Amino acid sequence: MKRSLVKSTLLAAAFSMAAVPALSADVIKIGFNIPMTGDIPKVGESSKLSAEMLKEDINGAGGLEVGGKKYMLEFIYEDNEAKAESAVTTALKLIEKDEVLAMIGPNSSKQAVPAGQVADDNETVMISPWSTNPDTTLDRPWVFRAAFLDPFQGPVAVDFAAKRFSAKTAAVLYDLSNDYSKGLAEIFKADFEGKFGEGSVKAFESHGTKDQDFSAQLTTIINAKPDFIFLPDNYNQVALIVKQANQLGWSGPIMGADAWGSSELMELCGDLCKGYYFSTHYAAKGAKGATKEFIDRYTAKYGEVPDDVAALTWDATRIVLKGIQQAGELTGKLSKDREAIRDGLSSITKFDGITGSMSFDEQGDPVKCAVVVKITDEGEFEFTESVCP
Amino acid sequence: MESLVQNILNALQWGSFYALIALGYTLVYGVLTLINFAHGDVFMVGAYIAFFVSTFLLTTLGLPGWGVLILAIPLTMFFTSLVGVTLERVAYRPLRRKGAHRLYVVITALMAGLILEHANLAILGASRKAFPSLIEEQVYNIGGVVFTNLKLGVIFTAAAVFVLLNFIVTKTKIGMAMRAISYDKFAVPLMGIPIDQIIVFTFILGSSMAGLAGLLFAMSYPVLEPYMGALIGWKAFIAAVVGGIGDIRGAFIGGFLLGAVEIMVVAVFPSTYRDLIAFSVLLIILAVRPTGLFGVARHTKI
Repeated sequence: MKRSLVKSTLLAAAFSMAAVPALSADVIKIGFNIPMTGDIPKVGESSKLSAEMLKEDINGAGGLEVGGKKYMLEFIYEDNEAKAESAVTTALKLIEKDEVLAMIGPNSSKQAVPAGQVADDNETVMISPWSTNPDTTLDRPWVFRAAFLDPFQGPVAVDFAAKRFSAKTAAVLYDLSNDYSKGLAEIFKADFEGKFGEGSVKAFESHGTKDQDFSAQLTTIINAKPDFIFLPDNYNQVALIVKQANQLGWSGPIMGADAWGSSELMELCGDLCKGYYFSTHYAAKGAKGATKEFIDRYTAKYGEVPDDVAALTWDATRIVLKGIQQAGELTGKLSKDREAIRDGLSSITKFDGITGSMSFDEQGDPVKCAVVVKITDEGEFEFTESVCP
Repeated sequence: MESLVQNILNALQWGSFYALIALGYTLVYGVLTLINFAHGDVFMVGAYIAFFVSTFLLTTLGLPGWGVLILAIPLTMFFTSLVGVTLERVAYRPLRRKGAHRLYVVITALMAGLILEHANLAILGASRKAFPSLIEEQVYNIGGVVFTNLKLGVIFTAAAVFVLLNFIVTKTKIGMAMRAISYDKFAVPLMGIPIDQIIVFTFILGSSMAGLAGLLFAMSYPVLEPYMGALIGWKAFIAAVVGGIGDIRGAFIGGFLLGAVEIMVVAVFPSTYRDLIAFSVLLIILAVRPTGLFGVARHTKI
């Protein structure tokens, strides 16, 4: 019994080994370095659902045409557990073992910054759908992204708060161990103090990723009596922080950033988050054209409104596919093809995505608009304002 | 001044959870001299049980929030104690029967904790669960010090649990039996004390307190995830050691001490200093009193 099992496994392995070279000629392998477990599992799930939908579209139509030849797409999803060190090993695995042509993700800057180094060192194209920290792509010719940058997002939040809440003072609570949160908090502080004077950010408090109690930080913040609280945190922590702020008597406005924009935010936060604003990549409610078409199809397929990550993954993957098409033709030699894809991607100057049209600068960063959305009483993210560079 | 009083309240709430969990460590250690490293994860399971019980009562039976809370407390404590007793039965007792060295039992406890975490991850997935709100939270503001009925409830419950456990351990017959086992495991059965039943009772006590802590924690911090018990469990264990493991008062004081140090450090310094300073303080306490604040040095006979 046991022996026959071993035999058949060996046989199957031999078959698949024999089969791979024959197939690989017409298959384009793309790796996804996404968090399917860990702190932000919904981010990975949204990325995967969105990518699966795109893959079905293209493979259903006979594959992707590159240089007059049709290729089927193969997406490999690897879990980076929302950890920086796992994102690095996942990137290495995708690049070396799975021999992907390009890598999508990681999503959060905490993982995208270190993984970007790996991709750049190993000369493989990486595109992060969601990362907004400048360091992800800075001086890395192989690394691209589909999201706007925090130096742009920070001032959007400052200007919006100044206008909407007539804010002259602010307080910030951020996650010190998360590159995204820390970077955005610092940019926000610098910009706010530049506009309203030194000391106008009355409290600048931090916490750790695994923290559950924020009462000491919030006590300091609330005693400083700011006009509003800026909270550039991941959606899972937002729910806890907002609740504790309410428990400590905070009733003023709270403003968030794009890491709020997960479909799980409302599930975790419930009524508490309603009425707050956050800056983000796109607004599902009130969308038009291709964006609306995407939202409708996604909603019909999966029964939930696509969040930012889903929309950005869709755009990021399409940018990579466009880059592959621009590469001209694929030779089947990995390093040569990867280089051709990088050149193809760099040659894209303008791209019409569902998160807005974007043009790319020399760092591989898109120049695109940000929106500020309001969380309505129905728990939907409603478009309030669009800010373009 | 207000912020100091406010932070003392914050510390009392946060310390309550450490204290409730530390009590479970200390009870089991007191009787079995076993460090039950799975206890933090029993607390996590308790929070999930509270979640399922409350959602079931709320949605399926349609009870009002306060009614759910009244039923959820005993139900959560009951189901969580079942988990604790099962652990004892399948993981610890077989080793004890075979006379395994304590080290192996501690390793078993560590593994049992990891099994609980990953079983949860496998069954329920990585998605977080949002705990439904059971009671209308009232925010009171007295002279700039803000608190809610929930916060007071948590602190009050922790104090009540301490009084109850202290009574059970020091004033009742079964408590006397528990203390007797910790002195001499071999002589006690000769006196006609059913050692296994006493041990099961200890696990029931410890786990039901972890379940209670899980329910209160889920109400105060309503986002549940499989790893929520790991870190808080470790810290509660340290709190129990600092208080003097094996002593009910020690666990209680240790829990509140750790909570207070953590909150006060964050109130004054950046949050990165919290664990650094908190554990440095605890290290100094242990250096001065290696058996903890209430611990008594004991000689082990080999």
